[in-house]
Amino acid sequence: MTQIPQTAPLTPVLTRRWASPRSWDLDTYRQLDGYQAARTALTVEPDRLIELVKSSGLRGRGGAGFPTGLKWSFLPKGGGKPHYLVINADEGEPGTCKDIPLMMADPHSLVEGCLITSYAIRAPFCAIYIRGEAVHAIRRMAHAVREARAAGFLGRDILGSGYDLEIVVHGGAGAYICGEETALLDSLEGRRGQPRLKPPFPAVEGLYASPTVVNNVETIASVPTIVMGGSDWFRSMGTEKSPGPKIYSLSGHVTRPGQYEAPMGTTLRQLLASAGGMRDGIPLKFFTPGGSSTPIFTPEHLDVPLSFDDVAAAGSMLGTTALMCFNQTVSVPWAVWKWLEFYKHESCGKCTPCREGTGWLVQILRRIVTGSGSLEDLDTMADAAGNIAGRSFCALGDAAATPILSSFKYFRSEFEDLVTGRTPPVVDHRQLAGAH
Amino acid sequence: MSSESNRRIGVPVFLDTGVVFDELTHARAAEIIARYPMSRSALLPLLHLVQSVEGCVSQQGIEFCAARLGLTEAEVSAVATFYTMYKRTPCGEHLVSVCTNALCAALGGDAIYATLSRRLGGIGHEQTAGEPGTPGSITLEHAECLAACDHAPVLTVNYEYYDNQTPDSALDLLTALQRGDKPHPTRGAPLTDFRANELEIAGIFTDLEQTVEAPTASEPTLRGSVLAERTGQRAPVMPDVVEFPPLPVKK
Repeated sequence: MTQIPQTAPLTPVLTRRWASPRSWDLDTYRQLDGYQAARTALTVEPDRLIELVKSSGLRGRGGAGFPTGLKWSFLPKGGGKPHYLVINADEGEPGTCKDIPLMMADPHSLVEGCLITSYAIRAPFCAIYIRGEAVHAIRRMAHAVREARAAGFLGRDILGSGYDLEIVVHGGAGAYICGEETALLDSLEGRRGQPRLKPPFPAVEGLYASPTVVNNVETIASVPTIVMGGSDWFRSMGTEKSPGPKIYSLSGHVTRPGQYEAPMGTTLRQLLASAGGMRDGIPLKFFTPGGSSTPIFTPEHLDVPLSFDDVAAAGSMLGTTALMCFNQTVSVPWAVWKWLEFYKHESCGKCTPCREGTGWLVQILRRIVTGSGSLEDLDTMADAAGNIAGRSFCALGDAAATPILSSFKYFRSEFEDLVTGRTPPVVDHRQLAGAH
Repeated sequence: MSSESNRRIGVPVFLDTGVVFDELTHARAAEIIARYPMSRSALLPLLHLVQSVEGCVSQQGIEFCAARLGLTEAEVSAVATFYTMYKRTPCGEHLVSVCTNALCAALGGDAIYATLSRRLGGIGHEQTAGEPGTPGSITLEHAECLAACDHAPVLTVNYEYYDNQTPDSALDLLTALQRGDKPHPTRGAPLTDFRANELEIAGIFTDLEQTVEAPTASEPTLRGSVLAERTGQRAPVMPDVVEFPPLPVKK
């Protein structure tokens, strides 16, 4: 008898309002405790809010996992320049699909998070930089900001606290690189979205060369819950070093793909059990723990706790908990080729290793998937990927090398079989005409 | 202004449409600029505004943005050529974007793209079938990940989501669009056209109270929360009183 795998322990916190009728509107939000955290926060000394978020252990949900409270505490006191809060809502990492549903389903949770965070870091202006394609998320956020202002949660002297805040909802224009925080800032300043040299970090010179906090949507939407529940409550979920709940996005050959909120450290085996397993019973072949930029995992990693440290210890990165699940029918070299086409298209062109490297890798991969590659090509790819990773201006270059390096680790034989003709080409060369 | 004879290598060429932007567009530009602490931040929205008028960024659009923001045309065109959403040839009534990134492609995205391209006479990426701007004209493009992977394979029309597509359903949708129909997106506001949505992306809403109502509560989006509700699972209860940590002691 086979054992029924244990399902994920679901803990809806950020997603708890999503199924409510008209979940996006202010009345619903207020009926479900909305803006109570802001009422409390605005009576508290701002630095105590920073201490609260520090003690909660909240780590950034945009991929890097940097401690949120610590990031806020880096802003210099005094100095005469205004502080800014910028929300990174430029969701575009392949596999990642949590922030856009959050903004569409519960935009006020982000507005309230922006209000509390801006107050804590003493920012009079906050920009929510939303990926341009996400037009309905832009509508919902713009509407929420409008409602919040009309109800006195934004504007001048908010709730009689003497604190003023304006929020602008800003649409991007289709560039994955703008998810990189300094490229996002350049883009928000009306420039090409290319990353900046760090230091200076945004905490010192960010938007308009002023102290700036850049945080992900899910991170900031978590802040009101921490103010309401406290750090001990937040830490009652997740692991010691990765506390709190997390929205896991299951996609691919899964029976019931979707958004599942569970404590940090939940495993893919548990999540798949909750999602009805792999579709049509075809077994899992490989998955990404957090988007295409995180090294791929195989079924041997099904029990790795999905927390920042556990995933890193197993050789990948938690990223955005975008669990793309591919079954046995999918060719690994084909998927890697697809991802490299993406990185080539999205490389901003600023630095040579990434700009040139992604272009050459795509050309080699096109040869391989159409059956005209050679064994030498595999060495060239490994060499090129090794020369991009760690030598590029920003993390996009590292990300572009990742699918190649990690697929070679687990599936090099599939590439070898293709170039030696042991397996037939996975793409007809005619299909490449006009691709991307 | 630019023509074949005086085109210089490496200098981007924008369509010379001769358009004169009306008072309403000028007023909208002023409204957008006023939102930002520094005016140049309005450049991306202004380029979307230009596209809402012309369906692309023309030479006149570049000049308009430059004049409104006190920038050079070179500064504006450098930005306009960087971003995928700014088109240099006029879009059709509808922009159909098919995700062909790995996950959508594995679930049928490539087949959907090929099917639509064939039906549109074999047009390629960013090409248009029909006279741009006229009813039923369609611009087709490969899209990178559209952040809807739990609804794969997806396509968007004017950036509104049509989820869980098949080649057949996408073909039905295309046929309807060409006929002048506007099937409702799976998630997103009732379909209008490319230009109308560009206006909203610029941050100008003429009917927000209505468009915001369009439903988004899809099955994949709600799966976790509905399953939790059905199985009686919830997050730990919050305490009644929350202690805030004291301020750090100054050294």
